[in-house]
Amino acid sequence: MSTASTNPNPAGDAAGGSRGRAPAGERLADWADGRLGVYTLAKSNMRKIFPDHWSFMLGEVCLYSFLIIILTGVYLTLFFHPSMNEVVYHGSYVPLQGQMMSEAFNSTLHISFDVRGGLLIRQIHHWAALVFLAGMFVHMMRVFFTGAFRKPREINWVFGFLLFVLGMFTGFTGYSLPDDLLSGTGVRFMEGAILSVPIVGTYLSFFLFGGQFPGGDFVARFYSIHILLLPGIMLGLVVGHLILVVYHKHTQFAGPGKTNNNVVGMPLMPVYMAKAGGFFFLVFGVIAAVAAIAQINPIWAIGPYRPDQVSTGAQPDWYMGFSEGLIRVMPGWEVNFWGHTLVLGVFIPLVIFPLVLVAIAVYPFIEAWVTGDRREHHILDRPRNAPTRTAFGAAWISWYFVLLVGGGNDLWATHFHLSINAITWFVRIAFFVVPVLVFIAAKRICLGLQRRDRDKVLHGRESGIIKRLPHGEFIEVHEPLSQEQLHTLTSHEQYQPAEIGPTVDENGVERKIKGSEKLRSKLSGAYYGDANQIPKPTVEEYKEITSGHGHH
Amino acid sequence: MSSHDIPEENLPAEQDTAHGAVTVADEENPFADPGLPPHEHRVQDIDEQAARRSERTVAMLFTVSMLATLGFIASYVTIPTDKSIFVFPIGHLSAMNFALGLTLGVALFAIGAGAVHWARTLMSDMEIADERHPIEASPEVKTKVLADFKQGAKESQLGRRKLIRNTMFGALALFPLSGVMLLRDLGPLPGTKLRHTLWSKGKLLVNMNTNEPLRPSDVAVGSLTFAKPEGLEENNEDFQTEIAKAALMIVRLQPDNIKDKRELEWSHQGIVAFSKICTHVGCPISLYEQQTHHVLCPCHQSTFDLSDGARVIFGPAGHALPQLRIGVNADGYLEALGDFEEPVGPAFWERG
Repeated sequence: MSTASTNPNPAGDAAGGSRGRAPAGERLADWADGRLGVYTLAKSNMRKIFPDHWSFMLGEVCLYSFLIIILTGVYLTLFFHPSMNEVVYHGSYVPLQGQMMSEAFNSTLHISFDVRGGLLIRQIHHWAALVFLAGMFVHMMRVFFTGAFRKPREINWVFGFLLFVLGMFTGFTGYSLPDDLLSGTGVRFMEGAILSVPIVGTYLSFFLFGGQFPGGDFVARFYSIHILLLPGIMLGLVVGHLILVVYHKHTQFAGPGKTNNNVVGMPLMPVYMAKAGGFFFLVFGVIAAVAAIAQINPIWAIGPYRPDQVSTGAQPDWYMGFSEGLIRVMPGWEVNFWGHTLVLGVFIPLVIFPLVLVAIAVYPFIEAWVTGDRREHHILDRPRNAPTRTAFGAAWISWYFVLLVGGGNDLWATHFHLSINAITWFVRIAFFVVPVLVFIAAKRICLGLQRRDRDKVLHGRESGIIKRLPHGEFIEVHEPLSQEQLHTLTSHEQYQPAEIGPTVDENGVERKIKGSEKLRSKLSGAYYGDANQIPKPTVEEYKEITSGHGHH
Repeated sequence: MSSHDIPEENLPAEQDTAHGAVTVADEENPFADPGLPPHEHRVQDIDEQAARRSERTVAMLFTVSMLATLGFIASYVTIPTDKSIFVFPIGHLSAMNFALGLTLGVALFAIGAGAVHWARTLMSDMEIADERHPIEASPEVKTKVLADFKQGAKESQLGRRKLIRNTMFGALALFPLSGVMLLRDLGPLPGTKLRHTLWSKGKLLVNMNTNEPLRPSDVAVGSLTFAKPEGLEENNEDFQTEIAKAALMIVRLQPDNIKDKRELEWSHQGIVAFSKICTHVGCPISLYEQQTHHVLCPCHQSTFDLSDGARVIFGPAGHALPQLRIGVNADGYLEALGDFEEPVGPAFWERG
């Protein structure tokens, strides 16, 4: 604080005088503060308030499984050999002894059978990856359906989306490393997809694989992508994501005492240090227990990769399943012209694959454009109060799941004794139809729930008590809501549909209306027009109804 | 939890009146925010005995964790790596993996459960409200920053000295080209590599399983035989890359059943040889239906009719499987009469 040349202030003097007696922890903190400014940091963060809601744990699951993946991944690198040199197996797994396999496969067998605890770490690593992706998916849905992506959190939404996409590719490159028959088939699929790219596909494939498939390079290349390039970017994004969470402060659901200008909850120290810190151990513990009892990716049973061999029921990890669905149900279109081939049957799925993801990623920006709302939003929406958004999200999920069904069409066929052709045709049609149906259904459900909320506010809660009136009529007694409940159910905002505005200016000259303006007004009507949201009850309506006693 | 053992003086002076009862305090606006509800005490807040019970629970969980870690170490040291145990209802498991995983899981979970229980029952659960501050800067700050930026830009003279600006942009735009150039040697150019396989005139068809050259009599009706070109051995350096293109499947059909004229011409006594690599994205085809002569790729279910030029009858593949023209040499062995006439495997831009 003070420099040596100026007179130290009395407080500094006192502190200096008492230094000898200060506890060791405080002296360490003093030392750190002089170099890092930890007191200033702690002032705003040590007692930082976090609101309590179960859905806020979903992001934590992702963070912790990411940490678990890094910890176990570092351990695996100590034993794994990212090489495709062919060797003869002499390890302790008898059925494969004497077989030719790549060093990558050989070292994975070594980890699984000869390194004590190696199999456990492998299985924790793989299970944690599945949990990480599933956690991100559900966390993203939580953010989506509650409108937590609205200003000021759009960038954090994009960070999270990138983490999801990079997580998918880190997972793919990771499970390809053991060079087993299943993962090699997945890599072959990827090579075939790259080959379908017009003009440059063949070149891309040769550059990625160092020549023809499979060549001798891809394991080493995937290895550096899997352990360095992608996790490095992801670590940066995770840090950025967390910094923004702290900076924006957490969102909260509407309720008594909760406003857009505050955040109500319990402090980081001690409650959330214990809860969130403890939750890390809970997640790790559960994944370790799962890895103890549930086998994952038993590469010794699958065998080493051979491009001329394959097993039935080949499935990617779940998060790649939707791309598998796209490739499986697409008709095999091929266009030949001027000595070239346009492999639409593969290239179209390859293009739709990112578009499925982008559809959900850009949604926040579309909604912001439709509402034209530039304010900060820290109070979460209940999904029913944003029917169009909720319907869009539900439709997107149904789209995703239709593709997952397509990706597992062989398993659906064998497990449910269905015709694979019928399933494929179902998925081809459902790809277009199901999202529309789900959109309509979800929107209607939301509107129904809005009506119910409105009823509850105006007429009270159904008490379940049946009362017989003197003239014989039976009525159910409705119990009026408390002010807390009334406030919670009526605090959401309702937008008005955006108007195009006057089409002539003040001089009577006709203004040209841009197409985008018309589109926006149309969309706005679809979001907030008459039939698309139920007007929330007003105080006047409430008073009118509650003043007349006995009227329900 | 009974309340008879709670000392009178520990009971809260006033239980929440709002709870359950209907109170609309604000007559003017019944929807107005009533503010944070009063704090409701937990049993541990008012009963020291309950709090002590919580303390013991937490300590017990932490002790369980310590014991589990000792169990982990013991399992690591004592269990042989090849021992397997039967665990109902999961089945046979590696004993080492099971023991290590469960002890580690319990050790971690107990720490977490202890910490969470501590936070939920003993730490203060008073809700606190923190104020938010707008993220956008105040107009004064914005004006100052914009002025600073203008000043900085002006001092750099970037806008005035166009020559510097343009050459700088040029240099910055060009130098990444070096990085792009460096990627060139990631792989060779495709050339015609995807058009050729190891097959050529006179190469014998070698059974993949027995490693013996095939005679027509070795191929029975209804069987699916996989073959490779003679000379290609598993320990060849480029075995994987070559077999990825050259893998062959052979079936014997009744010559009358062959519908495609060219297929019949290229066959030998009803024995036909097709590329095993699916024309969709390159999976090896391995499922053969004897009655219909259909083959199915197990990856994406493309189905080909081997009695009709291996044309696609279902699934995402875009074109028929390439056929290899075969015959019999002087010694009575099946041989190729040339390479495939079209590229095998997935389609690509230059395929034509």
